[in-house]
Amino acid sequence: MSFQVIVFYGFATWLIFSALMVISSKNSVKAALFLVLSFVGAAGIWMLLEAEFLAISLVVVYVGAVMVLLLFVVMMLDVDYAALKQGFVKKLPLALLISIGFFLMLYRFIDGSFDSEAYAAPAAKAADYSNIKEIGRVLYTEYVLAFEIAAVILFVAIIAAIALTFRGRRNRKTQNINKQLQANKENRLKIVKMDPVVKDTSSSESEEK
Amino acid sequence: MNEFIMGIDLMAWLETVFWILLKIVAILLPLVLAVAYTTYAERKIIGYMQLRLGPNRVGPKGWFQPFADVIKLVMKEIIIPRGANKALFILAPVLFIGPAFAAWAVIPFDAEVVLADINAGLLFVLAMTSIGVYGVIIAGWASNSKYAFLGAMRSAAQIVSYELAMGFALVGVLMCAQSMNLSEIVNAQSGGIFSWFWLPLFPLLIVYWISGVAETNRAPFDMAEGESEIVAGFHVEYAGTAFALFFLAEYANMILISFLTALMFMGGWLSPFEGLGILEEWTAWVPGTIWLLMKAFISLFGLLWIRATFPRFRYDQVMRLGWKIFIPVTLVWLPILAVWIKFEAWPFN
Repeated sequence: MSFQVIVFYGFATWLIFSALMVISSKNSVKAALFLVLSFVGAAGIWMLLEAEFLAISLVVVYVGAVMVLLLFVVMMLDVDYAALKQGFVKKLPLALLISIGFFLMLYRFIDGSFDSEAYAAPAAKAADYSNIKEIGRVLYTEYVLAFEIAAVILFVAIIAAIALTFRGRRNRKTQNINKQLQANKENRLKIVKMDPVVKDTSSSESEEK
Repeated sequence: MNEFIMGIDLMAWLETVFWILLKIVAILLPLVLAVAYTTYAERKIIGYMQLRLGPNRVGPKGWFQPFADVIKLVMKEIIIPRGANKALFILAPVLFIGPAFAAWAVIPFDAEVVLADINAGLLFVLAMTSIGVYGVIIAGWASNSKYAFLGAMRSAAQIVSYELAMGFALVGVLMCAQSMNLSEIVNAQSGGIFSWFWLPLFPLLIVYWISGVAETNRAPFDMAEGESEIVAGFHVEYAGTAFALFFLAEYANMILISFLTALMFMGGWLSPFEGLGILEEWTAWVPGTIWLLMKAFISLFGLLWIRATFPRFRYDQVMRLGWKIFIPVTLVWLPILAVWIKFEAWPFN
């Protein structure tokens, strides 16, 4: 049992535990935080597979951006946990049916051909091997079409999300930034020239003391 | 037991761990000391800018003021508000300071002087600075306070927005250097002051530096704290050591941003007099670390300077600057840069 295997089982346990906590914790914020933890665990396993670019990208994109926005939403929700549990028994048969179906699908897929003999372990690369360059090369040559299609789909999704949430201009009071930026000294500040007023202090000086 | 960990020489393994721990201490101790004196420098510099003296009572010229502050903070009681989520409330400062320190693992202080010389160093730094936001969000949520929660919301939106601009600025750096390894990025800038990346990447340098100010929640981007609007924002319920951790992490992040600016745009540890004949000879004895520290200090001074100069942005102004100005600037500059590099015009020849 080498050190790598110990690390692998560590990360695997971490991943499975946090994934279980995502679906079993009662508090939705805690569930989201456990999802973050499971992403970090997955990144650890990818790091072990020498895919450091993918591992750190996972942390940057999912942990650093996507989950922050998800947490942002989840924290603002006011979830009534009692109401959530009410329909549990009624929905249980359907839920069981779906999960059994899903399990069978996975079982068929994993069965037989998907074991360690069918997929030989790849040879370890040298320390100076940069998989960032390799990914970039493959992505922009062999898979450039798939890559561009994915980009277009994401772009459409962005526009769709904006179109769905944009409800037109309601009667709200917004700042006119251009007007604010055009403000200058001439139209904001008025300098008035005045003669200096000298207060006659000679007589009052003795009274103050 | 020995059979269990077969395949690794236990003694050699322990020795490696010991050396790594020693290196971590060698980075973190000066860092914490630098944080202490950055707070002192900030108060002094802003003081002089506002025609005040700043701290001048503890020790000669107030030099022991940071230690007095630390002792004061450590002696204070940590109060956990009623209704707060206790575990997350304690965890939040730890989550904030952990990434702030972890990012220093890939920072090279001189040629070959680096704790972890990894290929994806640039990406690692970006990942660590973006993980730090969880400390802020969790602190705001777990405090069970409206002010803290508002601060956390503002911070989350702000950091996600500016991270995009920052990421694009880093894309420019890696296009020029053809590498994500921070040491290689510095080496790619060798050859005098005009070979550094500040020249071809000037718009990106500005975007990166200002995004850095926004990422560290510093004035004029301190929407998350905004003491005149939401008391002290996300850390309003924190006291004593827990507050000190937030404070420490914020300053560690400031110093980190300064170092990264120096490394990526200002030639890192390279001498500014390279290729200038007699000047280069005279300054050849100066170690690279000194140059790096000097460059980082210029950037750090800028951070303190703008705090004394600018009033706090309004929230919609912060968002507008990030989304409507910085991201378009980077999106325009990257294609220009790509063409520039492709045709191998100066200084890429």
